Amino acid sequence: MAKEVKLFGMWASPFSRRVELALKLKGIPYEYIEEDLSNKGPSLLKYNPIHKKVPLLVHEEKPVAESLVILEYLDETWKHNPILPQDPYERAMARFWGKFIDEKLLPTSAKVGLSKGKEEQEQAMEEVHDQLKILENELKGKEFFSGNSIGYLDVVANILFWFRTEEEVGGLKVLSTEKFPMICEWIEKLIKIDVVNECRIPKEKYDDYVKLRQKASKSASS
Amino acid sequence: MAAKEEVKLLGFWVSPFVLRVEWALKIKGVKYEYIEEDIFNKSTLLTELNPVHKKVPVLVHDGKAIGESFVILEYVDETWKQNPLLPQDPYQRAMARFWAKFAEEKIFEGAWTALCSQGEQKQKALQQTREAMEKIEEQLQGKQQFFGGESIGYLDIILGWISHYLTVWEEVGSMEIIDPAKFPATMAWINRFLKHPVIQGTLPPREKMLVYFHQRSKELGSTSHGWLRV
Repeated sequence: MAKEVKLFGMWASPFSRRVELALKLKGIPYEYIEEDLSNKGPSLLKYNPIHKKVPLLVHEEKPVAESLVILEYLDETWKHNPILPQDPYERAMARFWGKFIDEKLLPTSAKVGLSKGKEEQEQAMEEVHDQLKILENELKGKEFFSGNSIGYLDVVANILFWFRTEEEVGGLKVLSTEKFPMICEWIEKLIKIDVVNECRIPKEKYDDYVKLRQKASKSASS
Repeated sequence: MAAKEEVKLLGFWVSPFVLRVEWALKIKGVKYEYIEEDIFNKSTLLTELNPVHKKVPVLVHDGKAIGESFVILEYVDETWKQNPLLPQDPYQRAMARFWAKFAEEKIFEGAWTALCSQGEQKQKALQQTREAMEKIEEQLQGKQQFFGGESIGYLDIILGWISHYLTVWEEVGSMEIIDPAKFPATMAWINRFLKHPVIQGTLPPREKMLVYFHQRSKELGSTSHGWLRV
């Protein structure tokens, strides 16, 4: 299986980082191509004409887009170090929560950034908190979302350790240990793992990240 | 061959998401008990089995509950191996999943938004839906029978709502999404899909659907994110 794997990604995109983390966890060698999203390269546009987005995996010249689709493809193509569980019901639960993160938690979190005025922002924050509480419940009695070792759902939930960088650099406490003890403990466990650390926003790039996010919020709300 | 396993499906008569699961179970010949839910007056059973979303469909197999039609479909495919829904090849599977997500986000959401909105928002949604349908039309060109090949597969099931719901929504919303002249491959696929023995007899009555969606689209107005937001 030593055929060519390329990943078109972007260092500040949690979706892109998910795929990097999965590749590293599975020990799949790959070539990483950093995309400037304001100036997309011809290769990206050629391989992903529908969405023109990252992450994009190209394996043996065949492109696969959408982070969750890519994660499943990786697990099905490279059978060692599986990130999804074997049991169909456990797999269904992993996919269910992955969808919850992408279709509920992430859009609600985005609303916080897009809120106009304190009241709207507080309402959005409350919604995020409610969803985080639901998600945190899934950690009960487990080391990681995926059980005893890190897997699919830990990878998909990577947005949660984004907040850790904010705390380290910006001093902003996003996730209170009182309100979310299990998630906070999970984050601390994860950032001790080398490959996980390689796939989160480096402290020295934090300011760039904030600027990018502000830019994205402005263009999304205009 | 597994021993007799209990399969229940919580549904709602007009939900296209529930239909997907029914089609999958029927294609595989899995016996199930159907339980009709009044989603406007949710039972404790539903809220217990799907506490996160409180929505149908919910599949209950051997006492374990699973929500979300996409997730249920993959579970059904992995649990009952006969008549596979997804292709065998990983790349083909990735393509099926990609197009399923694309269709759900651009066509289903687009058509639904167009149905429930007016003016500029409606026009924008219609435009998005039509453009996305053109991509599906391209995918269907040269296909023998279905996305799944000779038999109905995962992507046919995900997109199957189009064959029965789209003209209803077009009528209710006074709009045209598919001009038959411009979508010959899609029309041919729709006809084959509707004639399929598994599909026949599963579709909710058109007249009832017209009444239902007239009412729903008025109620929901322009706050139309997601299905049946109760």
